[in-house]
Amino acid sequence: MCTCLCKTVRSPEGKLSLYCKGADTIIYEKLHQSCKKLMDVTTEHLNEFAGEGLRTLALAYKDLDEEYFSQWKQRHHEASTTLEDKESKLDELYEEIEKDLLLLGATAIEDKLQDGVPQTIEQLAKADIKIWVLTGDKQETAENIGYSCNLLREEMNEIFIISGHSPEDVRQELRNAQNSMKPNGAVNSLLLFEDMGKHVNLIKDEVADGEYGLVINGHSLAYALESSMELEFLRTACLCKAVICCRVTPLQKAQVVELVKKYKKAVTLAIGDGANDVSMIKVAHIGVGISGQEGMQAVLSSDYSFAQFRFLQRLLLVHGRWSYLRMCKFLRYFFYKNFTFTFVHFWFGFFCGFSAQTVYDEWFITLYNLMYTALPVLGMSLFDQDVDEMWSFQHPQLYIPGQLNLYFSKRAFFKCAIHSCYCSLVLFFIPYAALQDTVRDDGKDVADYQSFALLTQTCLLFAVSIQLGLEMSYWTAVNTFFVLGSLAMYFAVTFTMYSNGMFLIVPSAFPFIGTARNSLNQPNVWLTIILTSILCVLPMVTYRFLLIQLCPTINDKVMFKVRQARATPPPPPRRTRIRRTSSRRSGYAFSHAQGYGDLVTSGRFLRRPAISRPSSFPQVGRATTGFSPMGRSAGYSPTGRPQNAKVQDVEVTSLQMYRTITDRPL
Amino acid sequence: MGKAKDKSGPLARRPDNSAFKQQRLPAWSPMLTANTVLPFFYLLALICMLLGVWLLLTVQSTQEIKLDYTELGNCDQCFQLRKNVSYAAQTCSCKVEFSIDRAFKGDVFFYYGLKNFHQNLRRYMDSRDDEQTLGRNNKLKNPSSYCEPFAKDAEGVPIAPCGAVANSMFNDSFTLTYHPSRSRTIPVPLLRKGLTWYTDKNVKFRNPKTDNLTLAAAFEGTRQPLYWQKPVYDLDPDNPTNNGFINEDLIIWMREAAFPNFKKLYGILNRADASFTKGLPKGNYTIDISYNFPVQYFQGRKVVVLTTLTWFGGQNHFLPIAYLVTSSLILLMAVVLTLAWWKFGKDGKNMKE
Repeated sequence: MCTCLCKTVRSPEGKLSLYCKGADTIIYEKLHQSCKKLMDVTTEHLNEFAGEGLRTLALAYKDLDEEYFSQWKQRHHEASTTLEDKESKLDELYEEIEKDLLLLGATAIEDKLQDGVPQTIEQLAKADIKIWVLTGDKQETAENIGYSCNLLREEMNEIFIISGHSPEDVRQELRNAQNSMKPNGAVNSLLLFEDMGKHVNLIKDEVADGEYGLVINGHSLAYALESSMELEFLRTACLCKAVICCRVTPLQKAQVVELVKKYKKAVTLAIGDGANDVSMIKVAHIGVGISGQEGMQAVLSSDYSFAQFRFLQRLLLVHGRWSYLRMCKFLRYFFYKNFTFTFVHFWFGFFCGFSAQTVYDEWFITLYNLMYTALPVLGMSLFDQDVDEMWSFQHPQLYIPGQLNLYFSKRAFFKCAIHSCYCSLVLFFIPYAALQDTVRDDGKDVADYQSFALLTQTCLLFAVSIQLGLEMSYWTAVNTFFVLGSLAMYFAVTFTMYSNGMFLIVPSAFPFIGTARNSLNQPNVWLTIILTSILCVLPMVTYRFLLIQLCPTINDKVMFKVRQARATPPPPPRRTRIRRTSSRRSGYAFSHAQGYGDLVTSGRFLRRPAISRPSSFPQVGRATTGFSPMGRSAGYSPTGRPQNAKVQDVEVTSLQMYRTITDRPL
Repeated sequence: MGKAKDKSGPLARRPDNSAFKQQRLPAWSPMLTANTVLPFFYLLALICMLLGVWLLLTVQSTQEIKLDYTELGNCDQCFQLRKNVSYAAQTCSCKVEFSIDRAFKGDVFFYYGLKNFHQNLRRYMDSRDDEQTLGRNNKLKNPSSYCEPFAKDAEGVPIAPCGAVANSMFNDSFTLTYHPSRSRTIPVPLLRKGLTWYTDKNVKFRNPKTDNLTLAAAFEGTRQPLYWQKPVYDLDPDNPTNNGFINEDLIIWMREAAFPNFKKLYGILNRADASFTKGLPKGNYTIDISYNFPVQYFQGRKVVVLTTLTWFGGQNHFLPIAYLVTSSLILLMAVVLTLAWWKFGKDGKNMKE
């Protein structure tokens, strides 16, 4: 497969020429004999460039004869419209015209990974997120990318390369990989389990003994994605820590994502920056587009978009996590407060002849969700944080509860319902027993319906407000104002509605006149309120405290550390630099074919200090990433030229910048 | 949008770096640690126990006598009489005797009570017209449809006060007599005024405007509720401040009870009388009851209660006992939590990753 890009142009004077660019090995094959000397010189230059880690291309041209070209064009048109054997006919024609080119020279481009890509990938791996790379580049390029961004590591036990050219070969290679990863696992039976009611087989998560990587080529992937082999492929891939698919077409990218979505109980996120990533972004659960030099195609079809890959870390570990936490707390609390509110009517039914008489004042029922409990819940779901962003970055394991769906599942909902049931029992029967046989201190009535309604609704509001206070773990000024303000609002509105003025305006709408004034001045009533609040809230406190003592979650452990760090500030962090002794470490990728392997392994260009692992001490400094850039990102360049001082601006780079030139826009 | 500075250039659309927008607001992050939770629990247990003991002592100082007189003594005959609705117009009176061992010191309150009478039934509670009892003239002869079927009588004459609540007003009356010795009887004076909430008597219930007419004339064109023996303007003809809609017995009855077993204030001991300045002395008492209210239809019972009060209310042992029970539960929980913390979580040994 020839991989060079050719273009025919007509100069202003009317001369027709063919220009060609491509990898040097390919171009050299098409050159005219007369270019031999130039070829040697160019080869020397290319070696130098490649030695400095630049991306090289060779350029050649040829003048075309008008007649010959028009004839060739005719034949090209025939070949492209023929129904059979179009590919081979076109290939023949291209071979014919790309002959005897004259060498122009070589170019070398410096191509960098974006800042922070290796660190991001490492953090996400710690958060138990599996990362697969789907690229259109060649295998060597993709492998280099894998090493340079920490996906493939030297410590990995083995890296499997699947590049079979027939279905059987691919299947065999996959099986071999599986066997080495899981020697005791049954080969033929896939571990499947039925999802309730959906009749879709899902692949369970398995753990391989050791760390493995998988590299699979596009043509092998085409076989692996067939329905007879896809489960096998998926199983093998999921056993590996890192998967790199190279030479994939945009369609195959989407197919791989779909495969994971279909057979694994996982949420998929696809991130890319070019138009060839659009299908993948659309298919995944969450699509992220990187805006940059490639244009806005990926951005326009994505759910989230930002400019640099490293922002993914913040998106997932900080904002995603907080969002999940807030959503779950909000849902749990909302169900709790409404269930409690409603179950009380159930108990009252036994005492009012099941006539559907409400326990509360009608206005309270209207305003409960609208005014008295709306703002506190809103405040909690806008501002709540369990740990702040710095700690979120340092402990990516905090992301795992979200993956396991711990905070709001059927179990959590059931627990919430039980809690509501208990609270409703307390909220009805304590006021019932306290009021039913008593009177005011001056002998007048306090066991009437209206006083009971007022008492119960006040008890309810106190209980749910205190419960909200327990749920909230981040009391900003806004939250405090909302909670206390809502309680104050309740009393203000109640006293207003039960006043003489409102009654005289619309007597039938405000029948509770005088109730607040006559019952809330009784110590009896307030003692009941205090007792119900204690009985509703303390079991929850006990349960939570016991859980923290007996089986603390990762959240509890991190919050404990936060407290300790606040109490005793940690010693200033020592920057440790782990010297990596690998010979294949590079911070940039090559798109050359064979011939430069020696160059890479010689280590000649590895003069700079290696990228260090991020230290585990709390970093002081930029809160955005928490890591200071090293290596190339810090401004070091192997060519000795000064790097751009402004590293923050978005540069050309992206993970997917490398592509093989297979298109023929003739 | 009123932004103070107009940003331009490549960073024009960057959001503000304020603490609010970047979620860096200063905040308090509470956590359930041992040295906040455990002392709190112990303190709360102590407070609840003290409260419980104090309330118990307070409640123990009240004195109460309850008498179920539905079929007691010769009230049984009245009970049987009232079973037959055709004898509703006949009066029936009976006597109930009781004695007090210890004098009731202080104010004594006389209540009548009903058992199994659901004043909290929804349709029953809706069946009233607050605007009519407020004295609004447009509603006097035009009661609200909620009062149906107690809004107009068979001839279409509007009923005042309309509705099922007023219709079922309690109409037994009681007279208390003290027997210091075999031969002597002293009637016990009961104040029948000042029994209602201030807002009820003065704001919620008002008579229709009379304008130099008599009250009876103001109620012209309406008739009394079907189950009543007297029209509303004859409830207390001697006392114009207790007549008509502002009659205290009516007001007290119209304030529906929350539960099927309830008691309502009937009278307060008049301690201006020489014999009863200190309260009710010990000895024998009789109550003469004019037995009118039939209760067998709903398997109800009728009760008479005499009680003294404290700042805490009547004799209701529930709250003191509840506080004591709560305090012991909290103490138990606190001990369990302390053990759990001591064994598992002390010095953060459960927090190692």
